[in-house]
Amino acid sequence: MSESSENGRRDFLRKGALGVTLAAWGQLVFSCASEGGHDHSHAAEEGADTIKVLTPEGQLVEVDRSHLKHVHHTQDITYEESRTGLPGRKFVMVIDLARCTNARKCVTACQKMHHLPPDKEWLTVKLMKDSEDSEPYWFPKTCFHCDNPPCVKVCPVDATFKRQDGLVLIDNTRCIGCKFCMTACPYSTRVFNWGEQGVPADMKTHRANAETSIPGQVGTVEKCDFCPDMARMGVLPDCVTACPNGAFYFGDQNEDIVTNGSETVRFSELIAERAGYRYGEELGTEPRVYYLPPTDRIFPAEKSLEDMPEETRKLYEDMF
Amino acid sequence: MKTVQLNKKQTAILQTLGPQLEKSGALYRLWVGFLLLLILLGGYGLFRQIYIGHVVTGMRDHAVWGYYIANFVYFIGVSYGTAMLAAILYYFKVPWGRPIIRISALVAFISGIIGPVFILLCIGRFDRLHYLFIHARVQSPITWDVMVISTYLVGITVFTYLLLIKDFAILRDTSMFEFPSWRKKLYNALALRYKGTPEQDEQIGHSTKSMAFIMVPKVILAFAVLSWIFGMTLRPGWRSSIFGPSYVIASIATGIALIIGVMWVYRKLYRLEEYLKDEHFRYMGLILLALVGAFGYFTLSEYITSWYTSMTWESKVTDKLLSFKEYGWAFHLANFFGIILPIVVIAIRRFRTPTIIAALSLLVIVAMWVRRYLTVVPSLETPLLPIQDARPEYVHYTATWVEWALVLAGAATFFIFFTLVPKLFNVIPISDYEKETN
Repeated sequence: MSESSENGRRDFLRKGALGVTLAAWGQLVFSCASEGGHDHSHAAEEGADTIKVLTPEGQLVEVDRSHLKHVHHTQDITYEESRTGLPGRKFVMVIDLARCTNARKCVTACQKMHHLPPDKEWLTVKLMKDSEDSEPYWFPKTCFHCDNPPCVKVCPVDATFKRQDGLVLIDNTRCIGCKFCMTACPYSTRVFNWGEQGVPADMKTHRANAETSIPGQVGTVEKCDFCPDMARMGVLPDCVTACPNGAFYFGDQNEDIVTNGSETVRFSELIAERAGYRYGEELGTEPRVYYLPPTDRIFPAEKSLEDMPEETRKLYEDMF
Repeated sequence: MKTVQLNKKQTAILQTLGPQLEKSGALYRLWVGFLLLLILLGGYGLFRQIYIGHVVTGMRDHAVWGYYIANFVYFIGVSYGTAMLAAILYYFKVPWGRPIIRISALVAFISGIIGPVFILLCIGRFDRLHYLFIHARVQSPITWDVMVISTYLVGITVFTYLLLIKDFAILRDTSMFEFPSWRKKLYNALALRYKGTPEQDEQIGHSTKSMAFIMVPKVILAFAVLSWIFGMTLRPGWRSSIFGPSYVIASIATGIALIIGVMWVYRKLYRLEEYLKDEHFRYMGLILLALVGAFGYFTLSEYITSWYTSMTWESKVTDKLLSFKEYGWAFHLANFFGIILPIVVIAIRRFRTPTIIAALSLLVIVAMWVRRYLTVVPSLETPLLPIQDARPEYVHYTATWVEWALVLAGAATFFIFFTLVPKLFNVIPISDYEKETN
């Protein structure tokens, strides 16, 4: 079991999404791998990384944490709701480049959340080197959810659209796959579903809406969506909670608050103090993602490059 | 019943053109069979693409467009260019232009059919094509293109047909050939009861002239909108104000080159020296010279400005085109054979023979396709942020056999059309010679 999913689960448990709320919502499904006595005693022996949960039948049972499996489910919302967005919100993200060590937990968490194959990344981490003599740094790149989105302008069928809560989403039941938005986006954010991909069995019945883009559809465009289905339930996007260094801050610009899961700060103060900026400002796209410059980094980029597995390092070969 | 009467000259043309209307040899059948085979291969490729997905093509997340779009802009551009030429020659009654108008309109018609097929091949979801109409968004340049191309296709079809009605009537009424009954019925239907009365002549003349008049602004609009599909994106190499004009000039030049090619083959095959004279080749060659000259100037203007100012993102694309390690060979050879060589050779009077001009046209036809490809792919392969992908096919676009097969099928469709056309009607408009008494 990977560490990210462990983290994700703890986080998820910590947020008190279990218990009565769970039964009431009926939207979080978990499965016990085994309810046999043997496993219970086994869990007890191990000292107890156990937890009490309420089954859908209303029974309180104690199970080993490792037997819990988080199945991603979402609130049922109407098609209209998925297109208009959460009222009164203005989602914003701040990425602290000084904290990024390219641990790639955000990448894998995102892939897991959105049921992506291992080589498809909605969130990528670029290695940037602005000029010959400047220091290289890691640059996690989500969709920037621009306020003046070039991708939305060019869509011929209103498949990609801007919501009132600031998000740019794709309705993959509407997309005709012309890829015009992919050429229009200057940040190479969008990816295409080039062929059939395995969708987990329990997701096939999942009702498609623009907030989840699950199940993915062959021949349509996909991209980072800021996990709006999670936001609707008051939960942070998976990349934010997965980051071991707390590099991602997510929040609401109307409330002027962003959080990385452990610290919650005023968005405007954070941007002012750390000289936050938006990438490619000169393009006039008005991104909703702000970057904090890579000053006083925890690790130099070269260090994490040396430590990472060979296949990941291959991604950045061109830079050296 | 009144029938269309032919004068001596017209009878003579019909006699010259008769043989290919009536029978076809073994070589001819072999050639058609070969072309059909290519189209079938393309059909199989298309089947694979629909059945498996776009993964069978070389297109990936950065180079999301490749051969298909290059071929689309190539053919639709040729169509616009030749439609414009036909319309102008007709409207202004250019004396030497008469035998060329029909060939020109036919090139426009078939290229206008082939081109849009290739943009459809780029669409991931064929099953949702009707969304382009039921969910149309007027802000999108694709919606503009859908409107412009569909109306253009109606326009060019009507215009081409109007140019043919009188000849269909001639073929319906002639007793020179023994046509099978289905062909008689076809001519009868296509001739629309044209009997050669003065009122009918006036109606056809007036309609054709109106269509020719409409086609010119229509084509300019269509050209503009198509170039804006590229121009409206934040891409170096695309978002340039000269993109449209440069594309217009290149497309008309390609169209002229294709017409010259078709003229040369027909002249050789069907001995049409009397109608497609040396002077036709000379005039068309001179137009070609002027157009590739203008295109050369636009090309220089476009790339020298981005090279000289060296803005990072823009010059990355220009560097790729100039560097022999990347697209340099293709770019420089295309410019040499498509621009410089035709200018130098046609400029010399004694080289203006039909065969030399046709050979140069062939070079232009190929070179312009390469230039279309070099407009599409290098810009897509040069995003603002580094690509950093371990999968080589995501970094560099390479066409797969499916794309090759479909592009060849597109070319085969063009060839098969011009192979079959002389079987159905004469390529030299007989009706144009109705006033001649010789």
